[in-house]
Amino acid sequence: MTAFQSRGWLLSGVLILLSAFFPLADAAAPGFAPQAVLYAAALVFLLVGGRRRPGGASFAAALVLLVASAAALTAIVHRPDVAGGASWGFWLKAVGLWLASWMAVDGIADGEKAGASRWHDLAPAVLFGATLLALWEWIVAGFGIQPINLLAPSAIGAAVGYYAQTLVQDFVWTFLREVLLGWLVGSGAGFAVALVADRIPFLRRGLLPLGNIVSALPIVGIAPVMIWWFSYEWPSKTAVVIAMTFFPMLVNTVAGLAATGSLERDLMRSYGATYWPTLVRLRLPAAMPFIFNGLKINSTLAMIGAIVAEYFDGPTMGMGFRINTRAALSDSGIVWAEIAVAMVAGSLFYGIIALVERAVTFWHPSYRRA
Amino acid sequence: MTTEALALPAGRSPRGRLMRGQAGPVAVVVLAIVAAWYLACLPMNWDALQRAMPDAASRTLAEQFVAAINLPDGKIAAPHQIVAAMVQGLFFEPPFGRRSLVYHSMITLSSALSGFVLGAVLGIILAVLIVHYRSMRKSLMPWVIISQTIPILALVPLLNAVLGQLDLPIIVPKALIATYLCFFPVTVGMVKGLTSPDPMQLDLMRTYDASKAQTFWKLRWPAATPYLFASLKIAIAGCIVGAIVAEMPTGAQGGLGSRLLAGYQYNNLRLVLWAALFTAALLSAGLISLIALAERRVLASMGVAGGGR
Repeated sequence: MTAFQSRGWLLSGVLILLSAFFPLADAAAPGFAPQAVLYAAALVFLLVGGRRRPGGASFAAALVLLVASAAALTAIVHRPDVAGGASWGFWLKAVGLWLASWMAVDGIADGEKAGASRWHDLAPAVLFGATLLALWEWIVAGFGIQPINLLAPSAIGAAVGYYAQTLVQDFVWTFLREVLLGWLVGSGAGFAVALVADRIPFLRRGLLPLGNIVSALPIVGIAPVMIWWFSYEWPSKTAVVIAMTFFPMLVNTVAGLAATGSLERDLMRSYGATYWPTLVRLRLPAAMPFIFNGLKINSTLAMIGAIVAEYFDGPTMGMGFRINTRAALSDSGIVWAEIAVAMVAGSLFYGIIALVERAVTFWHPSYRRA
Repeated sequence: MTTEALALPAGRSPRGRLMRGQAGPVAVVVLAIVAAWYLACLPMNWDALQRAMPDAASRTLAEQFVAAINLPDGKIAAPHQIVAAMVQGLFFEPPFGRRSLVYHSMITLSSALSGFVLGAVLGIILAVLIVHYRSMRKSLMPWVIISQTIPILALVPLLNAVLGQLDLPIIVPKALIATYLCFFPVTVGMVKGLTSPDPMQLDLMRTYDASKAQTFWKLRWPAATPYLFASLKIAIAGCIVGAIVAEMPTGAQGGLGSRLLAGYQYNNLRLVLWAALFTAALLSAGLISLIALAERRVLASMGVAGGGR
């Protein structure tokens, strides 16, 4: 454990202990139930911080207690006498726990020197995300921020449960027809045109600069034009997604097909390989990192394109439609729930492509562990 | 490319020289697109043509075509109509009037550029933290990547509702969205750039007993400059998209996005939509070229490869 970390742990313990001398809220009823955990936390953090040895069992105990204390503090902030009027007693605890969490992340990340593992990769990120969520919850509940302005994570979770049926319908409507179909057709077309352009150098020189320029343009703005062309039903949204995903795929595939060195290509020539065997056995596999880069960029673009295209006009279905109409009515519960679904779906969509990429391009140096 | 290596050298004729570069092929492709665009006007605008010209079916093809490419409310506007509408909106309207494209471009540009500055600064700060602190690299970097898989533009209607409640100026949500869309490329590019010096160079700095700060300013930062410019070009494009989408649901406040909405809602304003769309494209391309120009200047003055010319 570094000096910085042990000082951090100590300070965190001191803050939580100090908080005992301040009221939890202006109107707080005297109560000691969940707070016991917090004072225990303070003691352990003081002890862990005091021992200048890298964490073993004591570190793990501190980590468990950190999670328990965060849960206890969340229970406190939702007590009717604390919610909306939290005071020094509460905020000192919150800052103390945030500090302890930071030190824990720091400690786990340092532990990597001893030996890298998946635990060292995942735990800091998970802890960091959980800390952000907890702070969000405490700030919204502690200051009593109005639901119309910002919902606490717990309220968003409740809204997701409450509107589950609508959310599933909207998700299936938007994701399967607009996002997935548009992503497949747009990326497929970009890939096909890139193969043709690769075969005809004239076309490549003509298309590539244009593709680079068009990739950077606000294509999502064609959403209303697509509605004129295909009516306001779902095909117009799919068309927007196709237009948005075509060019990045084209540019990435062309770059990928140019990625092989002359050495490898000369080797294929010396084997007497013609264009197609060279393409299938050498150039396409070598282009895979670029192609997957295009697919990953496009997964995000497809989500954005479909949702934004639905803002304009459409049948009474879909995530973008729901977000736009309900936001206008200040109905924040379902809006946040839809956004939460969109976030999870977007991340999973990206993550699945990344996993397939790992399986296909396992040979790529970026996956080697030092 | 092997195909090129095997091809016979193009002739000494001017045509051969032109077609070997990029300008010739690009011009040919663009002309082909424009031609196809004109050809599409007649079938796509057939309905609107019959509204404007009840006896359209009995006219000659040439008459039908000329009418179809000059309709104010067709499904597709012909290229010359779009150019005319843009010239009108940019040069022949009072520059601060509601119908001036200059006025609306300025509104879009102001939120896009404030977002760009904020996003670039935030992106650079995050990259410096990620490069220098292992715990930041472990905890922040995954979230930076996850943040990009989130369709942030879904927040636009909500942000507008919230900020309407809080009575903040309308530029705030637009600049925030633009910031969000442009910090990521800068962060990723700068992490790559700041870690691009090889171990030998870093060791040399250590033999000079350079401090972390000295290593940063004298080695890491200069090495990252080419990466920074590459990221800024991606970022500025993202900012324009963010600002325009953020303007779409807010009908009355102005900006190119609001012109898109107006052009969609009123049939007689269809050309306005096309003009706004192409102005947005022009704005985006113009800003990217500006950054490219700055890039060439800066890299040339630093003597880094990629500068000059």
